[in-house]
Amino acid sequence: MEKKGGFIEWLDRRLAITAVWRIMMSEYYLPKNINFLWSFGVLTMLVFAILVVSGIFLLMYYKPDAKLAFDSVNKTIMMDVAFGWVFRHTHAVAASIMFLVLYIHIARGMYYGSYKAPREVVWITGFLLFVLMSATAFTGYLLPWGQMSYWAAQTITTLFEKIPFIGPDLVIWIRGNYIVADATLTRFFALHVVFLPLLLIVVTAIHLYAVRIVGSNNEDGIPMTKEEKKVKGIPFWPVFMAKEYFVMSVFLLFFFYLVFFNYDFAMDPINFQPANILQTPPHIYPEWYFLAYYEVLRGFFFSQNLGLIAFVASMFIILFMPWLDKSPIVSGKHRPLYKIAFWVFILDFLFLTILGKLPPTGLFAWLGFVGSIVFFLFFAALPIISKIEKSQVERAGR
Amino acid sequence: MADDKMSRRDFLLYAMGGWAAVGVAGVLYAMYKTWEPLPDVKAQATTKFDLSKVKPGQLKVISWRGKPVFILHKTPDMKKCDNRTIAGEYTVVLGICTHLGCIPNWEADKKIWHCPCHGGEYNACGVNIFGPPPRPLEIPPFKLEGKTIVIGEEGPEYKKLMGQA
Ligand code: HEM
Ligand code: FES
Repeated sequence: MEKKGGFIEWLDRRLAITAVWRIMMSEYYLPKNINFLWSFGVLTMLVFAILVVSGIFLLMYYKPDAKLAFDSVNKTIMMDVAFGWVFRHTHAVAASIMFLVLYIHIARGMYYGSYKAPREVVWITGFLLFVLMSATAFTGYLLPWGQMSYWAAQTITTLFEKIPFIGPDLVIWIRGNYIVADATLTRFFALHVVFLPLLLIVVTAIHLYAVRIVGSNNEDGIPMTKEEKKVKGIPFWPVFMAKEYFVMSVFLLFFFYLVFFNYDFAMDPINFQPANILQTPPHIYPEWYFLAYYEVLRGFFFSQNLGLIAFVASMFIILFMPWLDKSPIVSGKHRPLYKIAFWVFILDFLFLTILGKLPPTGLFAWLGFVGSIVFFLFFAALPIISKIEKSQVERAGR
Repeated sequence: MADDKMSRRDFLLYAMGGWAAVGVAGVLYAMYKTWEPLPDVKAQATTKFDLSKVKPGQLKVISWRGKPVFILHKTPDMKKCDNRTIAGEYTVVLGICTHLGCIPNWEADKKIWHCPCHGGEYNACGVNIFGPPPRPLEIPPFKLEGKTIVIGEEGPEYKKLMGQA
């Protein structure tokens, strides 16, 4: 055996770290025709790291008990712990920005057709990450035990009541009480702090592994073999990451600007009142990142059951994109019809987000209904657009 | 002989699989049970209240199983409804909006409950008259002992009301 010595060689013989490094980093090639939108995947990991670190520091003073939670956050962490407020603001802003980064990451995948074969597993694991992240944010939002925390949890758990047969018992089971109470807070705490982050890490690993197997997509949706990319592409490490560090530093400037000067948007003023089980706040709404789905729930104002079904569908339907859109053309860049549908969808999502915060009366109720219909029309249009494009491609081929 | 060996292997596989399934089912059941309400929560099942403490036109909110119960002493100018009136002159309803579970507020001037969350409205009988709520406010199970109401137990008066509704 060669006696090269050195710690790396020693470790390599026992762990094969250089092989892993090559597969994951230095010999993972990306196409050159990608743009800055491809940096958002790594950005979500950065935000996740920020959430974990700030979360661990909050944990050191947070008390998951209905009698203590509010003061442990609003007095102990915010006023007594040195720099406690930095960690709280960082955590709350990161939770909010996580969804901004996630939505851009998802929209990138939608526009450039990254959900299509052979990247279905990447898409499915990504969707799971979104669901897990939503659950993490929802359970975390209850923890400060403010009025908005309490009533958001109360209304959302009530939704489960509408599930046929088991609904009413299920709600009591989830809450561990007839209403959202101490038992609910403590179990949400366990989910938020241990179970869901653990699942997030596992699913993230699968997501990244899947991307390494099928390779990154590109602006033009051109499939490239590993060999082609080796010649025409750039390695993830160090070339892609060198650019990524630049994006990260710009992002962090923006992020800490928000943490120090503009953190209000991540904290609802109503949540600075302790939870009161006998008094609903006059106007309740979710955090901004759930407003669009919430508006779909309210959009079908004439039928509660329809609203509920639409609400669930609106959160899950993007999972099915690889099967709704079977068009042979991958990237939206080369799909005029899809491009229109895509931008209508993005505008509609923003429209629903804005409406979600307004009172659901009169004209707003109808606009919400129209917005909800447009939301689903996008997905209904996908099979039709694919069919048109398929025949165009066939005609051009002949 | 080869067949014999195969089937023995299959048997062991199924036996182990079956045994593992029993184990997993047991663990899941235990996990499921840990999330049920604790005994002291289940024990708050009933609440007693003296109806004569509510003056005509007045609303009292009491708590039953952690949920608000509205007790309204009705006056003749309020909406009438024999099938929802308790002890001749009271509306007793769960103060939880049948839409998404917010707590409606009593608006004494309009003699309605108004739900702050999505604008639902209920009249003095607790019947939904506007907005998204799909049903009237629920009447909790109750029993009358003279002028005292026991919420959480089904008495003959409750069964009679339910029969009419
Ligand atoms: C994985 C993504 C995560 C998301 C999206 C998230 C989201 C949230 C949200 C929205 C809140 C309420 C913010 C507030 O009102 O202050 C919160 C609070 C909290 N989170 Fe997280 N969180 C995440 C990860 C974590 C992790 C990994 C930990 C701990 C290891 C953690 C610990 C806490 C604690 C202790 C609180 C309560 C204190 C407080 O509200 O300021 N979080 N989280
Ligand atoms: S919860 Fe009362 S109207 Fe929606």
